Amino acid sequence: MIGLSSSELGGSAGDVLDDDPVGRLKVFVYELPSKYNKKILQKDPRCLTHMFAAEIYMQRFLLSSPVRTLNPEEADWFYVPVYTTCDLTPNGLPLPFKSPRMMRSAIQLIASNWPYWNRTEGADHFFVVPHDFGACFHYQEEKAIGRGILPLLQRATLVQTFGQRNHVCLKEGSITVPPYAPPQKMQSHLIPEKTPRSIFVYFRGLFYDVGNDPEGGYYARGARAAVWENFKDNPLFDISTEHPTTYYEDMQRAIFCLCPLGWAPWSPRLVEAVIFGCIPVIIADDIVLPFADAIPWEDIGVFVDEKDVPYLDTILTSIPPEVILRKQRLLANPSMKQAMLFPQPAQPGDAFHQVLNGLARKLPHERSVFLRPGEKLLNWTAGPVADLKPW
Amino acid sequence: MVWWEQERKAIIELIKLIKEGKELKREGGRKKKKKRSTKEDMKLSALHQSYLNRRNNSFRSPAALDSSVDGSGKSLAAVFWLVLHCLCCLISLVLGFRFSRLVFFFLFSTSSTNLYSAPFRPDLPLKHLDVRTIGRNLDPSPVIGANSTATAATKSSRVVVGRHGIRIRPWPHPNPAEVMKAHQIIERVQKEQKTVFGMKSSRTVIAVTPTYVRTFQALHLTGVMHSLMLVPYDLVWIVVEAGGATNETGSIIAKSGLRTIHVGFNQRMPNTWEDRGKLEVLMRLQALRQVSKNYLFCLLEISGIVVREEKLDGIVMFADDSNMHSMELFDEIQRVKWFGAVSVGILAHSGNAEEMVMSIEKRKEMEEEESSSIPVQGPACNSTTGELIGWHVFNTLPYAGKSAVYIDDVAAVLPQKLEWSGFVLNSRLLWEEEGESRPEWVKEFGSLNENEGVESPLSLLNDPSMVEPLGTCGRQVLLWWLRVEARADSKFPSGWIIDPPLEITVAAKRTPWPEFLPEPPTKKRDQMPLPRGNNVVVIPKQQHPGKIRKPKRRSKRNKHEPKPTDTTLLVSSSSSSKQHQERN
Repeated sequence: MIGLSSSELGGSAGDVLDDDPVGRLKVFVYELPSKYNKKILQKDPRCLTHMFAAEIYMQRFLLSSPVRTLNPEEADWFYVPVYTTCDLTPNGLPLPFKSPRMMRSAIQLIASNWPYWNRTEGADHFFVVPHDFGACFHYQEEKAIGRGILPLLQRATLVQTFGQRNHVCLKEGSITVPPYAPPQKMQSHLIPEKTPRSIFVYFRGLFYDVGNDPEGGYYARGARAAVWENFKDNPLFDISTEHPTTYYEDMQRAIFCLCPLGWAPWSPRLVEAVIFGCIPVIIADDIVLPFADAIPWEDIGVFVDEKDVPYLDTILTSIPPEVILRKQRLLANPSMKQAMLFPQPAQPGDAFHQVLNGLARKLPHERSVFLRPGEKLLNWTAGPVADLKPW
Repeated sequence: MVWWEQERKAIIELIKLIKEGKELKREGGRKKKKKRSTKEDMKLSALHQSYLNRRNNSFRSPAALDSSVDGSGKSLAAVFWLVLHCLCCLISLVLGFRFSRLVFFFLFSTSSTNLYSAPFRPDLPLKHLDVRTIGRNLDPSPVIGANSTATAATKSSRVVVGRHGIRIRPWPHPNPAEVMKAHQIIERVQKEQKTVFGMKSSRTVIAVTPTYVRTFQALHLTGVMHSLMLVPYDLVWIVVEAGGATNETGSIIAKSGLRTIHVGFNQRMPNTWEDRGKLEVLMRLQALRQVSKNYLFCLLEISGIVVREEKLDGIVMFADDSNMHSMELFDEIQRVKWFGAVSVGILAHSGNAEEMVMSIEKRKEMEEEESSSIPVQGPACNSTTGELIGWHVFNTLPYAGKSAVYIDDVAAVLPQKLEWSGFVLNSRLLWEEEGESRPEWVKEFGSLNENEGVESPLSLLNDPSMVEPLGTCGRQVLLWWLRVEARADSKFPSGWIIDPPLEITVAAKRTPWPEFLPEPPTKKRDQMPLPRGNNVVVIPKQQHPGKIRKPKRRSKRNKHEPKPTDTTLLVSSSSSSKQHQERN
């Protein structure tokens, strides 16, 4: 445990991350009418910078990537570029109410114009659904659970940011990706690495969502409120709701960064913590972290159960310093940081490539993927009545 | 109608129960929740149980509510629900939160083992939940406050949606033992950072300071000492003292806590700047000999003299005691390989403001010649290749004829052509043996003949062009050269300790106590002009009288007169030099 050589560290964290997907798979990108993607983006260019921007950048990446093929007969995977998370409120939050209809309409289009959807009923297609609860298309957890994943996407592979074990909205075989965080902005706030880390625990964000949950207990399942109540006067915990201009710089001066759940278990804080070398303290029961099959999150971050939040200081101070130093060394691995980002233009080892790696690992498709002629598994009329309306 | 009567009683009981529960909930609803005692828990569950029993007596099951009501009672049931709804609304208005949630919780959480109190007891695991999907049955009802819906799949999730308690431990304040542990962790992390990102291998800094006892020594030496104490690298401080090693200097440098070598030099410091410069050179060379010799004295007052066979290995820099060093200087000199030069800012201070103005004007007159008026001495580089091509030297022409000669002259003190403090060298250059590690362009130190005149450190080299320019080729000024001294005859208390204590003090102006105390009858008094500042003026004993004089002290004063170190002190903030002369 103490004094690991760099090759050993590189092996444990970096080998799968460094795989090159080019040559291992072929992706065909459907040409959808621009009302599904470009026109939506034109209506609201804020979609390019918010945390759900992965769907847009994924399409741009695939269009110019060497894995793209123009011949659908030789494609292993099919990609449907539909921007379901770009209908924004004035505040910038995406409304999911039209998303099921949009998705359904897109699928109907590809099912009628190309034979490949019906061939497998979508089992070799993948979609990017970076919304709060993925393809459940709702921001409220109860409603999302109630709706479940869109029935038409039952067989497709979903690339989403949401991940929680034994949850309706995470289906088997989905690929969890990190939320989009602007790489240029983070690069521009880097400080010299020898700046000593003097903050023990750092967090900036809401503890109580007074707008939606005034009494507390709903938001973050009470975990964020527990953090505040237990540690607001603790000098080791630099926590507050202010949004300082030196947020990125402060993270680089901290040893631990709290990444508690909010309304959804994922947040860009994880990406920021990894980029800035701050050990993420993940407080979200049963969460599935991005690229969990490629990144050894247990070795990098600290997982704290929500019920153990009142004892967070004991937990963190009882970690032996060697373990902390090892975690920092793993975090310093550049391939780890690269895997969390969506840079433009794409760079080797970044999140786009990790998605492709994940897709490549699922190849070759099983026999059951290809349906016998006449076999129908999807129910095109399932789901709430409102979803069946055309978009 | 029997069930209606029962129903009413049940409602009253319910309201009572809810009022109790409301108190508990109110405690919970506010942000401060405390862990409830088990007694209360039991009480709650007992109440709950009794209530459920009552409910179960009157109704078969809440889910079967509709079915238990016959056709004639259907409208009554609707009315009942309406009345209940209005009641709930009213209560909610009063209480300020959604009362109906609580009601539904108590009504419908019959079969769930997950009690509302569960979140308050963190030891109770949430694993064995048996939650039902109540959501479908109660579509029109508001979102339930209890832990209601879960996955419809076969696996049950450990995590439940809904309201959870905010867990607060009994004493939510920092634990000092943990704070200490955290600080140790922080130190360890910072140490690791330093080794990984900071200087890979830092060499010892050997600082050479020539000094001698005089009024301004404490001022200068303390400044240098504090700078050296901040240096993050290992440091050896060689202090060479003209006139022999004295306790006074020793006591100042002992306060530093650094590893010091105090060397005495058996000549007194002369009175002119030129001679002083020459003597300082000799003193520095003596210090360098100390570096190169193969023994090292470590003088520890407590444990006696320790002699070790060691040559000093590191980077030698010259820290003159009146100079000012920046911390970046010490980081920069770590980069030197053999012999380096840095830019020195020259602060040629002139005591006379008028002189300064005149010299500036004169300089402006001579402006046709582009003489560099930058007060910097250091290496000059070729701008394209970055190689050393020459030296910037401080332009002394404006001060021609007006510079200070004697140490206490009121005129600009000028530096030498190249000050020693702008150079650093690897101590291995000075070692006597091991010729192969020393480059050929360096003279052998042992054979240096100082009687031939060693002007600048460049005389230690055969080839001055091999000097490495530091600080981005001299563009950064990393230290400043300054010479400020008091008058030659100025006196100061030894060790800056006033002993014996002064006895006569005069109150300053603008103090609450009366300025003029009644004068004793027998004395003649010289009016002592009060200083312009409002500090306390301390009148020395042997001077002519101040305001107060006690006759019996006279004998004591006479005893003190022949003491060599006079206590001539004047603590005044605004006195100019002219006044000073007057006083003396």
